[in-house]
Amino acid sequence: MSSLAFAPVSGRRRRTDKIARGMVALLTGVALVPLVLILYYLVKQGIGAISLDFFTTDPTGSFLGDPGGIKSAIVGTVLMVALATAVAVPVGVGVAIWLVEFGRASKLAHAVRYFIDVMTGVPSIVFGLFVYITLVIGNVGGSSFAAWKGATAVALLMLPIVTRSAEVVLLLVPNALREAAYALGAPRWKVVFRIVLPTALPGIVTGVLLAIARAAGETAPLLFTAAAVNATAFNYNDSMNSLPMLIFKNVGQAQDRLVTIAWGAALTLVAMILMLTLLARLIQRRSRLS
Amino acid sequence: MSDPTHAAVRRETEDPMSSQHDPIVTPSRPVAAAGAAAGQPQHLARSVTVERLNAWYGDQHSIKDLTLSFAPNQATALIGPSGSGKSTVVRCINRMHEEIPGARASGRILLDDTDVYAPGVDVVAVRRAIGMVFQKPNPFPTMSIFDNVAAGLRLTARKVGHDQVESALRGAGLWEEVKDRLGKPGIGLSGGQQQRLCIARALAVEPDVLLMDEPASALDPISTLKIEELVQQMKSRVTIVIVTHNMQQAARVADQTAFLLDGELVEVGATEKIFTNPDDSRTEEYVTGKFG
Repeated sequence: MSSLAFAPVSGRRRRTDKIARGMVALLTGVALVPLVLILYYLVKQGIGAISLDFFTTDPTGSFLGDPGGIKSAIVGTVLMVALATAVAVPVGVGVAIWLVEFGRASKLAHAVRYFIDVMTGVPSIVFGLFVYITLVIGNVGGSSFAAWKGATAVALLMLPIVTRSAEVVLLLVPNALREAAYALGAPRWKVVFRIVLPTALPGIVTGVLLAIARAAGETAPLLFTAAAVNATAFNYNDSMNSLPMLIFKNVGQAQDRLVTIAWGAALTLVAMILMLTLLARLIQRRSRLS
Repeated sequence: MSDPTHAAVRRETEDPMSSQHDPIVTPSRPVAAAGAAAGQPQHLARSVTVERLNAWYGDQHSIKDLTLSFAPNQATALIGPSGSGKSTVVRCINRMHEEIPGARASGRILLDDTDVYAPGVDVVAVRRAIGMVFQKPNPFPTMSIFDNVAAGLRLTARKVGHDQVESALRGAGLWEEVKDRLGKPGIGLSGGQQQRLCIARALAVEPDVLLMDEPASALDPISTLKIEELVQQMKSRVTIVIVTHNMQQAARVADQTAFLLDGELVEVGATEKIFTNPDDSRTEEYVTGKFG
Protein backbone atom coordinates (compact mmCIF):
# COMPACT_ATOMS: atom_id res chain seq x y z
CA MET A 1 0.00 0.00 0.00
CA SER A 2 1.15 3.45 -0.82
CA SER A 3 0.63 4.70 2.74
CA LEU A 4 3.56 2.54 3.79
CA ALA A 5 5.87 4.53 1.54
CA PHE A 6 5.03 7.81 3.26
CA ALA A 7 4.93 8.67 6.94
CA PRO A 8 1.32 8.98 8.16
CA VAL A 9 0.03 12.48 8.94
CA SER A 10 0.84 13.19 12.58
CA GLY A 11 -1.90 13.75 15.15
CA ARG A 12 -0.63 17.24 15.82
CA ARG A 13 -0.95 18.23 12.17
CA ARG A 14 -4.44 16.78 12.08
CA ARG A 15 -5.46 18.84 15.13
CA THR A 16 -3.89 22.04 13.79
CA ASP A 17 -5.72 21.53 10.52
CA LYS A 18 -9.05 21.04 12.31
CA ILE A 19 -8.58 24.15 14.44
CA ALA A 20 -7.56 26.29 11.46
CA ARG A 21 -10.51 25.12 9.40
CA GLY A 22 -12.84 25.70 12.34
CA MET A 23 -11.55 29.23 12.85
CA VAL A 24 -12.04 30.39 9.27
CA ALA A 25 -15.48 28.77 9.12
CA LEU A 26 -16.43 30.56 12.35
CA LEU A 27 -15.19 33.93 11.06
CA THR A 28 -17.11 33.46 7.83
CA GLY A 29 -20.21 32.76 9.92
CA VAL A 30 -19.65 35.90 11.99
CA ALA A 31 -19.34 37.99 8.84
CA LEU A 32 -22.52 36.53 7.42
CA VAL A 33 -24.65 37.29 10.49
CA PRO A 34 -25.11 41.04 9.92
CA LEU A 35 -25.51 40.57 6.16
CA VAL A 36 -28.31 38.09 6.62
CA LEU A 37 -29.90 40.17 9.40
CA ILE A 38 -29.93 43.28 7.21
CA LEU A 39 -31.68 41.46 4.40
CA TYR A 40 -34.07 39.81 6.87
CA TYR A 41 -35.12 43.10 8.50
CA LEU A 42 -35.40 44.86 5.16
CA VAL A 43 -37.82 42.27 3.88
CA LYS A 44 -39.67 41.87 7.17
CA GLN A 45 -40.21 45.61 7.72
CA GLY A 46 -40.44 46.74 4.13
CA ILE A 47 -42.56 44.10 2.45
CA GLY A 48 -45.70 45.46 4.09
CA ALA A 49 -45.31 48.78 2.31
CA ILE A 50 -44.90 47.26 -1.15
CA SER A 51 -47.89 47.48 -3.45
CA LEU A 52 -48.51 48.78 -6.93
CA ASP A 53 -49.63 52.16 -5.52
CA PHE A 54 -46.39 52.35 -3.57
CA PHE A 55 -44.46 52.65 -6.84
CA THR A 56 -46.94 54.76 -8.78
CA THR A 57 -47.88 57.58 -6.38
CA ASP A 58 -45.86 60.44 -4.98
CA PRO A 59 -45.40 60.92 -1.24
CA THR A 60 -48.16 63.18 0.10
CA GLY A 61 -46.18 64.68 2.97
CA SER A 62 -49.21 64.09 5.16
CA PHE A 63 -48.31 63.11 8.72
CA LEU A 64 -51.66 61.72 9.82
CA GLY A 65 -53.34 60.85 6.54
CA ASP A 66 -52.29 58.62 3.63
CA PRO A 67 -48.49 58.88 3.25
CA GLY A 68 -48.58 58.04 -0.46
CA GLY A 69 -45.86 56.13 -2.35
CA ILE A 70 -42.28 56.69 -3.44
CA LYS A 71 -42.62 57.38 -7.17
CA SER A 72 -40.86 60.76 -7.06
CA ALA A 73 -37.94 59.25 -5.16
CA ILE A 74 -37.44 56.42 -7.67
CA VAL A 75 -37.68 58.80 -10.63
CA GLY A 76 -35.34 61.30 -8.95
CA THR A 77 -32.72 58.69 -8.10
CA VAL A 78 -32.78 57.30 -11.64
CA LEU A 79 -32.57 60.77 -13.21
CA MET A 80 -29.80 62.07 -11.01
CA VAL A 81 -27.71 58.90 -11.17
CA ALA A 82 -28.19 58.85 -14.95
CA LEU A 83 -26.88 62.40 -15.27
CA ALA A 84 -24.00 61.68 -12.89
CA THR A 85 -23.12 58.54 -14.88
CA ALA A 86 -23.24 60.44 -18.15
CA VAL A 87 -20.67 62.86 -16.74
CA ALA A 88 -18.48 60.56 -14.66
CA VAL A 89 -18.10 57.65 -17.09
CA PRO A 90 -16.60 59.45 -20.11
CA VAL A 91 -14.32 61.50 -17.87
CA GLY A 92 -13.31 58.54 -15.71
CA VAL A 93 -12.67 56.20 -18.64
CA GLY A 94 -10.80 59.02 -20.39
CA VAL A 95 -8.52 59.47 -17.39
CA ALA A 96 -7.96 55.71 -17.23
CA ILE A 97 -7.04 55.58 -20.94
CA TRP A 98 -4.61 58.42 -20.46
CA LEU A 99 -3.04 56.73 -17.44
CA VAL A 100 -2.60 53.35 -19.12
CA GLU A 101 -1.89 54.25 -22.74
CA PHE A 102 -0.15 57.60 -22.53
CA GLY A 103 0.82 58.70 -19.02
CA ARG A 104 2.14 55.27 -18.02
CA ALA A 105 4.95 55.74 -15.49
CA SER A 106 5.42 59.50 -15.92
CA LYS A 107 5.51 61.78 -12.89
CA LEU A 108 2.22 63.37 -13.87
CA ALA A 109 0.58 59.96 -14.13
CA HIS A 110 1.81 59.06 -10.65
CA ALA A 111 0.43 62.34 -9.31
CA VAL A 112 -2.93 61.75 -11.00
CA ARG A 113 -3.11 58.21 -9.59
CA TYR A 114 -2.32 59.55 -6.13
CA PHE A 115 -5.07 62.18 -6.31
CA ILE A 116 -7.57 59.62 -7.52
CA ASP A 117 -6.71 57.42 -4.55
CA VAL A 118 -7.21 60.38 -2.25
CA MET A 119 -10.54 61.14 -3.91
CA THR A 120 -11.66 57.54 -3.39
CA GLY A 121 -11.17 58.04 0.32
CA VAL A 122 -12.96 61.38 0.57
CA PRO A 123 -16.19 60.98 2.59
CA SER A 124 -19.22 61.48 0.38
CA ILE A 125 -20.55 64.30 2.54
CA VAL A 126 -17.48 66.33 1.59
CA PHE A 127 -18.51 66.18 -2.07
CA GLY A 128 -21.95 67.37 -1.00
CA LEU A 129 -20.43 70.22 0.99
CA PHE A 130 -18.17 71.19 -1.90
CA VAL A 131 -21.11 71.41 -4.30
CA TYR A 132 -23.17 73.22 -1.64
CA ILE A 133 -20.53 75.91 -1.24
CA THR A 134 -19.65 76.29 -4.90
CA LEU A 135 -23.00 75.82 -6.62
CA VAL A 136 -25.90 75.95 -4.15
CA ILE A 137 -25.05 79.01 -2.05
CA GLY A 138 -24.24 81.07 -5.13
CA ASN A 139 -27.57 80.12 -6.74
CA VAL A 140 -25.66 79.02 -9.83
CA GLY A 141 -28.13 78.44 -12.65
CA GLY A 142 -30.82 80.52 -10.97
CA SER A 143 -31.84 78.05 -8.28
CA SER A 144 -30.41 77.07 -4.94
CA PHE A 145 -31.14 73.36 -4.58
CA ALA A 146 -31.22 71.58 -7.92
CA ALA A 147 -31.05 68.06 -9.23
CA TRP A 148 -28.08 68.77 -11.48
CA LYS A 149 -26.13 69.96 -8.46
CA GLY A 150 -26.96 66.73 -6.68
CA ALA A 151 -25.89 64.84 -9.78
CA THR A 152 -22.62 66.80 -9.79
CA ALA A 153 -21.87 65.71 -6.25
CA VAL A 154 -22.72 62.11 -7.13
CA ALA A 155 -20.55 62.30 -10.27
CA LEU A 156 -17.60 63.49 -8.18
CA LEU A 157 -18.14 60.48 -5.97
CA MET A 158 -18.30 58.09 -8.94
CA LEU A 159 -15.32 59.51 -10.81
CA PRO A 160 -12.49 57.86 -8.83
CA ILE A 161 -14.33 54.54 -8.68
CA VAL A 162 -14.85 54.49 -12.45
CA THR A 163 -11.29 55.61 -13.15
CA ARG A 164 -9.63 53.07 -10.91
CA SER A 165 -11.71 50.12 -12.08
CA ALA A 166 -11.26 51.08 -15.74
CA GLU A 167 -7.52 51.46 -15.26
CA VAL A 168 -7.23 47.97 -13.80
CA VAL A 169 -9.15 46.47 -16.71
CA LEU A 170 -7.18 48.39 -19.35
CA LEU A 171 -3.97 47.10 -17.79
CA LEU A 172 -5.30 43.57 -18.25
CA VAL A 173 -5.48 43.98 -22.03
CA PRO A 174 -2.48 41.99 -23.28
CA ASN A 175 0.30 44.10 -24.75
CA ALA A 176 0.53 41.61 -27.60
CA LEU A 177 -2.75 43.00 -28.96
CA ARG A 178 -1.43 46.55 -28.95
CA GLU A 179 1.75 45.38 -30.67
CA ALA A 180 -0.22 43.46 -33.26
CA ALA A 181 -2.23 46.57 -34.08
CA TYR A 182 0.82 48.84 -34.16
CA ALA A 183 2.59 46.37 -36.44
CA LEU A 184 -0.34 46.60 -38.87
CA GLY A 185 0.33 50.31 -39.12
CA ALA A 186 -2.55 51.45 -36.94
CA PRO A 187 -2.25 54.94 -35.48
CA ARG A 188 -2.24 55.12 -31.72
CA TRP A 189 -5.74 56.50 -31.19
CA LYS A 190 -7.19 53.76 -33.36
CA VAL A 191 -5.34 51.11 -31.39
CA VAL A 192 -6.96 52.55 -28.25
CA PHE A 193 -10.48 52.90 -29.64
CA ARG A 194 -10.69 49.89 -31.94
CA ILE A 195 -8.59 47.31 -30.12
CA VAL A 196 -7.95 48.16 -26.47
CA LEU A 197 -11.34 49.60 -25.50
CA PRO A 198 -13.49 46.88 -27.13
CA THR A 199 -11.36 44.22 -25.47
CA ALA A 200 -11.69 45.89 -22.07
CA LEU A 201 -15.33 46.90 -22.51
CA PRO A 202 -17.05 44.22 -20.39
CA GLY A 203 -14.74 44.97 -17.49
CA ILE A 204 -15.25 48.70 -17.81
CA VAL A 205 -19.03 48.25 -17.86
CA THR A 206 -18.81 46.12 -14.73
CA GLY A 207 -16.85 48.86 -12.96
CA VAL A 208 -19.35 51.48 -14.08
CA LEU A 209 -22.31 49.43 -12.84
CA LEU A 210 -20.65 48.97 -9.46
CA ALA A 211 -19.99 52.72 -9.28
CA ILE A 212 -23.66 53.36 -10.09
CA ALA A 213 -24.74 50.91 -7.43
CA ARG A 214 -22.56 52.70 -4.92
CA ALA A 215 -23.76 56.15 -5.98
CA ALA A 216 -27.47 55.30 -6.02
CA GLY A 217 -27.42 54.63 -2.31
CA GLU A 218 -25.60 57.78 -1.23
CA THR A 219 -27.57 60.26 0.88
CA ALA A 220 -24.86 62.67 1.91
CA PRO A 221 -24.07 64.21 -1.49
CA LEU A 222 -27.78 64.93 -2.03
CA LEU A 223 -28.56 66.22 1.45
CA PHE A 224 -27.81 69.84 0.72
CA THR A 225 -27.62 69.81 -3.07
CA ALA A 226 -30.84 68.33 -4.46
CA ALA A 227 -32.81 68.46 -1.18
CA ALA A 228 -36.01 66.46 -0.88
CA VAL A 229 -39.43 67.22 -2.27
CA ASN A 230 -42.63 65.24 -2.59
CA ALA A 231 -43.66 65.76 -6.18
CA THR A 232 -42.07 64.01 -9.11
CA ALA A 233 -39.79 66.42 -10.94
CA PHE A 234 -38.20 66.06 -14.34
CA ASN A 235 -36.47 69.43 -14.43
CA TYR A 236 -32.80 69.15 -13.50
CA ASN A 237 -32.85 72.75 -12.31
CA ASP A 238 -35.45 71.99 -9.62
CA SER A 239 -35.12 70.16 -6.36
CA MET A 240 -35.59 66.46 -6.85
CA ASN A 241 -36.53 63.64 -4.53
CA SER A 242 -34.37 60.54 -4.19
CA LEU A 243 -34.62 57.18 -2.46
CA PRO A 244 -31.86 57.76 0.10
CA MET A 245 -33.27 61.20 0.97
CA LEU A 246 -36.79 59.82 1.33
CA ILE A 247 -35.53 57.10 3.65
CA PHE A 248 -33.54 59.64 5.63
CA LYS A 249 -36.57 61.91 6.02
CA ASN A 250 -39.13 59.27 6.88
CA VAL A 251 -37.31 56.88 9.14
CA GLY A 252 -37.09 59.35 12.03
CA GLN A 253 -40.78 60.28 11.99
CA ALA A 254 -42.97 59.46 15.00
CA GLN A 255 -45.49 57.84 12.71
CA ASP A 256 -45.34 54.11 12.00
CA ARG A 257 -46.76 54.42 8.50
CA LEU A 258 -43.94 56.77 7.47
CA VAL A 259 -41.33 54.47 8.99
CA THR A 260 -42.80 51.60 7.00
CA ILE A 261 -42.52 53.75 3.86
CA ALA A 262 -38.82 54.23 4.66
CA TRP A 263 -38.32 50.46 4.98
CA GLY A 264 -40.20 49.86 1.76
CA ALA A 265 -38.05 52.45 -0.01
CA ALA A 266 -34.91 50.84 1.43
CA LEU A 267 -36.03 47.45 0.16
CA THR A 268 -36.69 48.97 -3.27
CA LEU A 269 -33.26 50.59 -3.34
CA VAL A 270 -31.50 47.39 -2.32
CA ALA A 271 -33.44 45.45 -4.94
CA MET A 272 -32.44 47.95 -7.63
CA ILE A 273 -28.80 47.79 -6.62
CA LEU A 274 -28.92 44.01 -6.43
CA MET A 275 -30.17 43.90 -10.01
CA LEU A 276 -27.35 46.18 -11.13
CA THR A 277 -24.79 44.02 -9.36
CA LEU A 278 -26.21 40.88 -10.95
CA LEU A 279 -26.01 42.56 -14.34
CA ALA A 280 -22.40 43.48 -13.61
CA ARG A 281 -21.68 39.85 -12.73
CA LEU A 282 -23.26 38.62 -15.93
CA ILE A 283 -21.25 41.01 -18.05
CA GLN A 284 -18.07 40.12 -16.19
CA ARG A 285 -18.66 36.45 -16.87
CA ARG A 286 -18.85 37.12 -20.59
CA SER A 287 -15.62 39.07 -20.50
CA ARG A 288 -12.76 37.69 -22.56
CA LEU A 289 -10.15 38.95 -20.14
CA SER A 290 -8.94 37.38 -16.91
CA MET B 1 -3.38 36.01 -54.99
CA SER B 2 -5.45 36.23 -58.10
CA ASP B 3 -4.70 39.60 -59.66
CA PRO B 4 -1.91 41.71 -58.25
CA THR B 5 -2.39 44.45 -60.82
CA HIS B 6 -5.93 44.95 -59.68
CA ALA B 7 -4.82 45.13 -56.06
CA ALA B 8 -2.27 47.80 -56.77
CA VAL B 9 -4.74 49.91 -58.70
CA ARG B 10 -7.28 49.68 -55.91
CA ARG B 11 -4.68 50.80 -53.44
CA GLU B 12 -3.83 53.82 -55.47
CA THR B 13 -7.39 54.94 -55.94
CA GLU B 14 -8.39 54.52 -52.35
CA ASP B 15 -5.34 56.09 -50.86
CA PRO B 16 -4.47 58.92 -53.17
CA MET B 17 -2.11 60.52 -50.65
CA SER B 18 0.26 57.63 -50.67
CA SER B 19 2.02 57.41 -53.98
CA GLN B 20 2.94 61.03 -54.60
CA HIS B 21 4.12 62.19 -51.24
CA ASP B 22 5.51 59.38 -49.25
CA PRO B 23 7.99 56.99 -50.80
CA ILE B 24 7.39 54.48 -48.02
CA VAL B 25 3.83 53.75 -49.07
CA THR B 26 4.43 53.69 -52.80
CA PRO B 27 2.27 50.87 -54.06
CA SER B 28 4.22 47.73 -54.65
CA ARG B 29 5.09 47.19 -58.27
CA PRO B 30 3.22 44.37 -59.90
CA VAL B 31 5.25 42.27 -62.27
CA ALA B 32 3.90 42.67 -65.78
CA ALA B 33 3.68 39.01 -66.62
CA ALA B 34 0.43 38.12 -64.92
CA GLY B 35 0.65 34.39 -65.58
CA ALA B 36 3.77 34.08 -63.51
CA ALA B 37 5.20 30.62 -63.62
CA ALA B 38 5.77 28.73 -60.41
CA GLY B 39 8.67 30.09 -58.42
CA GLN B 40 8.58 33.40 -60.20
CA PRO B 41 7.56 36.39 -58.11
CA GLN B 42 3.93 37.38 -58.52
CA HIS B 43 4.94 40.81 -57.50
CA LEU B 44 8.32 42.24 -56.89
CA ALA B 45 8.69 43.05 -53.23
CA ARG B 46 11.22 45.52 -51.89
CA SER B 47 14.62 44.92 -50.41
CA VAL B 48 15.68 45.85 -46.90
CA THR B 49 19.15 47.04 -46.06
CA VAL B 50 20.32 47.45 -42.49
CA GLU B 51 23.30 49.77 -42.21
CA ARG B 52 25.36 50.17 -39.04
CA LEU B 53 22.41 49.51 -36.79
CA ASN B 54 22.90 50.05 -33.07
CA ALA B 55 20.11 49.45 -30.61
CA TRP B 56 19.78 49.92 -26.90
CA TYR B 57 17.37 48.98 -24.14
CA GLY B 58 18.15 51.64 -21.57
CA ASP B 59 21.90 51.24 -20.98
CA GLN B 60 22.05 47.80 -22.48
CA HIS B 61 23.67 47.87 -25.91
CA SER B 62 21.85 45.04 -27.69
CA ILE B 63 22.76 45.50 -31.35
CA LYS B 64 26.29 46.54 -32.26
CA ASP B 65 27.04 48.05 -35.64
CA LEU B 66 25.05 45.52 -37.59
CA THR B 67 25.01 45.70 -41.38
CA LEU B 68 22.92 43.22 -43.29
CA SER B 69 20.75 43.20 -46.39
CA PHE B 70 17.69 41.22 -47.37
CA ALA B 71 17.05 40.64 -51.06
CA PRO B 72 13.55 41.09 -52.47
CA ASN B 73 11.33 37.98 -52.60
CA GLN B 74 13.87 36.00 -50.63
CA ALA B 75 13.62 34.49 -47.17
CA THR B 76 16.39 35.27 -44.72
CA ALA B 77 16.69 33.41 -41.45
CA LEU B 78 18.23 35.07 -38.40
CA ILE B 79 19.72 32.47 -36.10
CA GLY B 80 21.63 32.77 -32.86
CA PRO B 81 21.35 31.93 -29.18
CA SER B 82 18.85 33.63 -26.87
CA GLY B 83 19.75 37.26 -26.26
CA SER B 84 21.80 37.55 -29.41
CA GLY B 85 19.54 40.34 -30.67
CA LYS B 86 17.64 38.54 -33.45
CA SER B 87 14.24 39.82 -32.34
CA THR B 88 15.62 43.30 -31.74
CA VAL B 89 16.89 43.50 -35.32
CA VAL B 90 13.47 42.57 -36.69
CA ARG B 91 11.72 44.98 -34.35
CA CYS B 92 14.04 47.76 -35.51
CA ILE B 93 13.17 47.11 -39.16
CA ASN B 94 9.51 48.08 -38.74
CA ARG B 95 10.27 50.49 -35.90
CA MET B 96 8.43 48.47 -33.26
CA HIS B 97 11.58 48.70 -31.17
CA GLU B 98 10.79 52.28 -30.20
CA GLU B 99 7.44 51.23 -28.68
CA ILE B 100 9.34 49.87 -25.69
CA PRO B 101 9.98 52.54 -23.03
CA GLY B 102 13.67 53.35 -22.83
CA ALA B 103 14.54 51.67 -26.12
CA ARG B 104 16.37 53.54 -28.89
CA ALA B 105 18.24 52.82 -32.08
CA SER B 106 20.65 54.50 -34.46
CA GLY B 107 21.84 53.72 -37.98
CA ARG B 108 19.98 53.41 -41.25
CA ILE B 109 17.41 50.91 -42.41
CA LEU B 110 16.60 51.23 -46.07
CA LEU B 111 13.45 49.96 -47.70
CA ASP B 112 14.71 49.87 -51.29
CA ASP B 113 16.44 53.23 -50.98
CA THR B 114 14.25 55.05 -48.45
CA ASP B 115 15.52 55.29 -44.89
CA VAL B 116 12.70 54.32 -42.55
CA TYR B 117 14.43 56.24 -39.75
CA ALA B 118 14.80 59.45 -41.77
CA PRO B 119 13.25 62.51 -40.12
CA GLY B 120 9.72 63.14 -41.30
CA VAL B 121 9.02 59.52 -42.15
CA ASP B 122 5.66 58.43 -40.77
CA VAL B 123 6.15 55.39 -38.58
CA VAL B 124 2.63 54.28 -39.44
CA ALA B 125 3.52 54.20 -43.14
CA VAL B 126 6.64 52.16 -42.37
CA ARG B 127 4.61 49.53 -40.57
CA ARG B 128 2.09 49.32 -43.39
CA ALA B 129 4.90 48.47 -45.76
CA ILE B 130 6.66 46.10 -43.35
CA GLY B 131 4.32 43.61 -41.73
CA MET B 132 5.06 41.49 -38.70
CA VAL B 133 4.07 38.13 -37.25
CA PHE B 134 4.78 37.52 -33.59
CA GLN B 135 5.97 34.54 -31.60
CA LYS B 136 2.62 33.91 -29.96
CA PRO B 137 -0.50 34.04 -32.11
CA ASN B 138 -2.30 37.25 -31.17
CA PRO B 139 -5.61 37.53 -33.01
CA PHE B 140 -7.89 40.29 -31.76
CA PRO B 141 -10.18 38.55 -29.25
CA THR B 142 -13.21 40.75 -29.88
CA MET B 143 -13.21 40.13 -33.62
CA SER B 144 -14.44 37.40 -35.96
CA ILE B 145 -12.09 35.61 -38.35
CA PHE B 146 -13.16 37.93 -41.16
CA ASP B 147 -12.75 41.06 -39.04
CA ASN B 148 -9.33 39.96 -37.87
CA VAL B 149 -8.09 39.75 -41.44
CA ALA B 150 -9.86 43.01 -42.30
CA ALA B 151 -8.51 44.73 -39.18
CA GLY B 152 -5.25 45.88 -40.72
CA LEU B 153 -7.05 47.57 -43.59
CA ARG B 154 -9.75 49.05 -41.40
CA LEU B 155 -7.25 50.31 -38.85
CA THR B 156 -5.45 52.11 -41.64
CA ALA B 157 -8.64 53.67 -42.97
CA ARG B 158 -9.09 51.60 -46.07
CA LYS B 159 -12.19 49.89 -47.32
CA VAL B 160 -12.28 46.12 -47.14
CA GLY B 161 -13.81 43.85 -49.70
CA HIS B 162 -14.52 40.16 -49.35
CA ASP B 163 -11.97 39.48 -52.10
CA GLN B 164 -9.13 41.00 -50.14
CA VAL B 165 -9.95 38.92 -47.08
CA GLU B 166 -10.24 35.78 -49.16
CA SER B 167 -6.97 36.51 -50.94
CA ALA B 168 -5.16 37.06 -47.64
CA LEU B 169 -6.63 33.91 -46.10
CA ARG B 170 -5.67 31.91 -49.20
CA GLY B 171 -2.20 33.41 -48.99
CA ALA B 172 -1.97 32.15 -45.43
CA GLY B 173 -3.30 28.71 -46.40
CA LEU B 174 -6.29 29.10 -44.11
CA TRP B 175 -9.12 29.78 -46.54
CA GLU B 176 -10.32 26.19 -46.98
CA GLU B 177 -10.40 25.66 -43.21
CA VAL B 178 -12.35 28.78 -42.28
CA LYS B 179 -14.40 29.79 -45.32
CA ASP B 180 -17.61 28.46 -43.74
CA ARG B 181 -17.12 30.21 -40.43
CA LEU B 182 -15.72 33.63 -41.21
CA GLY B 183 -18.10 35.17 -38.70
CA LYS B 184 -16.87 33.02 -35.80
CA PRO B 185 -14.42 34.49 -33.27
CA GLY B 186 -10.77 34.33 -34.26
CA ILE B 187 -9.74 33.02 -30.88
CA GLY B 188 -11.90 29.93 -31.42
CA LEU B 189 -9.28 28.57 -33.85
CA SER B 190 -6.44 26.24 -32.88
CA GLY B 191 -3.02 27.70 -32.11
CA GLY B 192 -1.62 26.92 -35.56
CA GLN B 193 -4.70 28.29 -37.27
CA GLN B 194 -4.54 31.41 -35.12
CA GLN B 195 -0.96 31.97 -36.23
CA ARG B 196 -1.95 31.57 -39.89
CA LEU B 197 -4.81 33.98 -39.20
CA CYS B 198 -2.24 36.47 -37.95
CA ILE B 199 -0.21 35.87 -41.11
CA ALA B 200 -3.33 36.51 -43.19
CA ARG B 201 -3.95 39.67 -41.18
CA ALA B 202 -0.43 40.86 -41.97
CA LEU B 203 -0.72 39.89 -45.68
CA ALA B 204 -4.04 41.68 -46.09
CA VAL B 205 -2.35 45.08 -45.84
CA GLU B 206 -0.21 43.99 -48.81
CA PRO B 207 3.16 44.69 -47.25
CA ASP B 208 6.43 44.45 -49.14
CA VAL B 209 8.27 42.84 -46.29
CA LEU B 210 7.07 40.33 -43.71
CA LEU B 211 8.97 40.01 -40.45
CA MET B 212 8.39 36.74 -38.61
CA ASP B 213 9.62 36.62 -35.03
CA GLU B 214 9.85 32.93 -34.17
CA PRO B 215 6.44 32.35 -35.76
CA ALA B 216 6.35 28.62 -35.09
CA SER B 217 7.99 28.32 -31.70
CA ALA B 218 4.64 28.11 -29.88
CA LEU B 219 3.17 25.60 -32.34
CA ASP B 220 3.02 21.84 -32.75
CA PRO B 221 5.14 20.11 -35.46
CA ILE B 222 2.33 19.85 -38.02
CA SER B 223 1.41 23.52 -37.66
CA THR B 224 5.10 24.38 -37.83
CA LEU B 225 5.39 22.51 -41.11
CA LYS B 226 2.44 24.46 -42.52
CA ILE B 227 4.05 27.75 -41.54
CA GLU B 228 7.28 26.67 -43.23
CA GLU B 229 5.43 25.77 -46.43
CA LEU B 230 3.77 29.18 -46.23
CA VAL B 231 7.12 30.93 -46.02
CA GLN B 232 8.10 29.26 -49.31
CA GLN B 233 4.83 30.30 -50.97
CA MET B 234 4.78 33.82 -49.59
CA LYS B 235 8.13 34.64 -51.12
CA SER B 236 6.26 35.30 -54.33
CA ARG B 237 4.55 38.22 -52.60
CA VAL B 238 6.93 39.53 -49.95
CA THR B 239 10.48 39.69 -48.72
CA ILE B 240 10.70 37.53 -45.61
CA VAL B 241 12.87 37.88 -42.53
CA ILE B 242 12.35 35.00 -40.14
CA VAL B 243 13.82 34.71 -36.67
CA THR B 244 14.14 31.14 -35.50
CA HIS B 245 15.67 29.06 -32.78
CA ASN B 246 15.21 25.97 -34.84
CA MET B 247 18.18 25.39 -37.12
CA GLN B 248 16.47 22.74 -39.20
CA GLN B 249 13.75 25.28 -39.82
CA ALA B 250 16.27 27.85 -40.99
CA ALA B 251 17.85 25.26 -43.27
CA ARG B 252 14.44 24.31 -44.69
CA VAL B 253 12.96 27.72 -45.39
CA ALA B 254 15.70 30.27 -45.85
CA ASP B 255 17.60 31.29 -48.96
CA GLN B 256 20.03 33.27 -46.85
CA THR B 257 20.98 32.78 -43.22
CA ALA B 258 22.58 35.24 -40.82
CA PHE B 259 24.17 34.16 -37.57
CA LEU B 260 24.09 36.67 -34.71
CA LEU B 261 25.99 36.48 -31.45
CA ASP B 262 25.84 39.03 -28.63
CA GLY B 263 24.29 41.67 -30.86
CA GLU B 264 26.89 41.32 -33.59
CA LEU B 265 26.65 39.76 -37.00
CA VAL B 266 29.07 36.85 -37.11
CA GLU B 267 28.36 35.63 -40.58
CA VAL B 268 25.81 35.86 -43.34
CA GLY B 269 25.58 33.85 -46.52
CA ALA B 270 23.62 31.37 -48.56
CA THR B 271 21.84 29.00 -46.19
CA GLU B 272 23.59 25.94 -47.61
CA LYS B 273 26.98 27.48 -47.06
CA ILE B 274 26.20 28.58 -43.49
CA PHE B 275 25.10 25.08 -42.56
CA THR B 276 27.73 23.10 -44.42
CA ASN B 277 30.81 25.19 -44.83
CA PRO B 278 30.72 28.36 -42.69
CA ASP B 279 33.70 30.70 -42.67
CA ASP B 280 33.60 31.47 -38.97
CA SER B 281 34.36 28.79 -36.41
CA ARG B 282 31.69 30.18 -34.04
CA THR B 283 29.05 29.70 -36.72
CA GLU B 284 30.18 26.13 -37.21
CA GLU B 285 30.06 25.44 -33.49
CA TYR B 286 26.56 26.91 -33.24
CA VAL B 287 25.04 25.16 -36.24
CA THR B 288 26.53 21.84 -35.21
CA GLY B 289 25.04 22.24 -31.75
CA LYS B 290 28.24 22.73 -29.76
CA PHE B 291 26.71 25.69 -27.91
CA GLY B 292 23.54 27.79 -27.71
